Amino acid sequence: MAGYRVAIDAHAGTACTALLRRDFTLAWRRRGELFLPLLYAVIVTALFPFALGPDPVLLGRIAGGVLLVIVVLAMLPALESMFRADLEDGSLEQWLLAPQPLALLALTRVIAHWLTTVLPLIVVMPLLGALLNLPMNVLPVLMLALLLATSLLVLLGAVLSALTAGARRSGILLALMLLPLAVPVVIFAAGAVAAAQSGMPYLAPLVWLAAALVLAIVLAPLACAAALRIAVEA
Amino acid sequence: MSRSYLPHWVHWLGSPPNFYRFAGAWRPWLMAAALLAAVAGLYGGLVLAPPDYQQGDAYRIIFIHVPSAWMSLFIYVSMAVAGLVALVWRIKLAEIVAMECAPVGAAFTLVTLLTGSLWGKPMWGTWWTWDARLTSELVLLFLYFGVIGLYNAFEDRRRGARAASLLALVGIVNLPIVHYSVQWWNTLHQGTTVDFLDPARSSIAPAMLWPLLVMALATHLYFFASILGRTRTGLLSLESGKQWVRQLVSEAAP
Repeated sequence: MAGYRVAIDAHAGTACTALLRRDFTLAWRRRGELFLPLLYAVIVTALFPFALGPDPVLLGRIAGGVLLVIVVLAMLPALESMFRADLEDGSLEQWLLAPQPLALLALTRVIAHWLTTVLPLIVVMPLLGALLNLPMNVLPVLMLALLLATSLLVLLGAVLSALTAGARRSGILLALMLLPLAVPVVIFAAGAVAAAQSGMPYLAPLVWLAAALVLAIVLAPLACAAALRIAVEA
Repeated sequence: MSRSYLPHWVHWLGSPPNFYRFAGAWRPWLMAAALLAAVAGLYGGLVLAPPDYQQGDAYRIIFIHVPSAWMSLFIYVSMAVAGLVALVWRIKLAEIVAMECAPVGAAFTLVTLLTGSLWGKPMWGTWWTWDARLTSELVLLFLYFGVIGLYNAFEDRRRGARAASLLALVGIVNLPIVHYSVQWWNTLHQGTTVDFLDPARSSIAPAMLWPLLVMALATHLYFFASILGRTRTGLLSLESGKQWVRQLVSEAAP
């Protein structure tokens, strides 16, 4: 019995590695698309000084919140197609038939998605921060808050993306559904950035975000699996 | 053979034709009771209740605002419970009830926001402020819109109903998180004045309390009547190919 368990666990590891490798290969073959969210973020960041005037003090004061919102918006278009292609070509049915738990496969997909589409956005934060005159001491807090907040949002977004995978149109719909879920995440991430900017302790909101992330890592894949079952069983 | 632990009438009511007839019989009575309660509550609130020592007559919007706010949450919970039943036991009727809750709940949420805005102008001097309760209510409205939008985005209505039911369940986990996070973020709204668990702590005068409770009763009755009516229509359109609907139509137009 124990040996049986170990065999299953080993297969789960193999399956997740295979899935990760497949997702990375697909992302690499379409590497041009990976730059689109980055380009979007850079363009929107560049629009703010035009709209508000080039005053460095004003830009520095709002930079943290603005960059946070830009990252959330730049994540949205990619979220929509997280499971769509797999539903259309039938891979998702294989996921359901696979002996590995569906929630585990969904979590693997979330990790691959985060690494390929969201991590680049966080990597370019120093550049975007410089464009908006973000204070240097706030930058690490912003990046840490973004690491936690985007992971949380991708986990929540995966549930919504699975729900809309079989729907007719879902671009704006996904944004509408994600907004209520994103409110607490944005509040705490922005709270940490604002606290760091005014020289106050910023650890508490970050710890709250981390706690929520731990909870979401456990619960979101289960909800995502339930949503995928609804999407496939039509 | 597995024994059912549910009473017989639950199974009986779960069948669409039976529910259709049951809802048709109860709806007029519930609607009439809702109207009566609303007339009594509004008379008590707008005429009999004394003006507030601080807010004068402007506070009287409370008799619309607070029952609507209670309903906006009550309907969301009802929708999520019906959605859970729909997802777990795959009962068609529960799917329709859950989905028909959403527009009614969204309407009550909108009424809450609009009356709150009208009340806020003379009291706080502004139509809108990013206060905790206002923001939670706005987020609730978006949750309702998300459920309605997701339901309508599917060709297959039953699949749409199941997806939207799951979204409603995700939303109900999210709702307290939103509530406490925006409270931590910003608060201006007055605290709770009606405390059901400890009536001694309620800071509202009895002459103002009874019309408020009667109005709450009226909105609940209205909600039940409206759900019965909406579910009837929903059943008819979902089951339009079935024998009992054909029979019903041929009876109505021989």
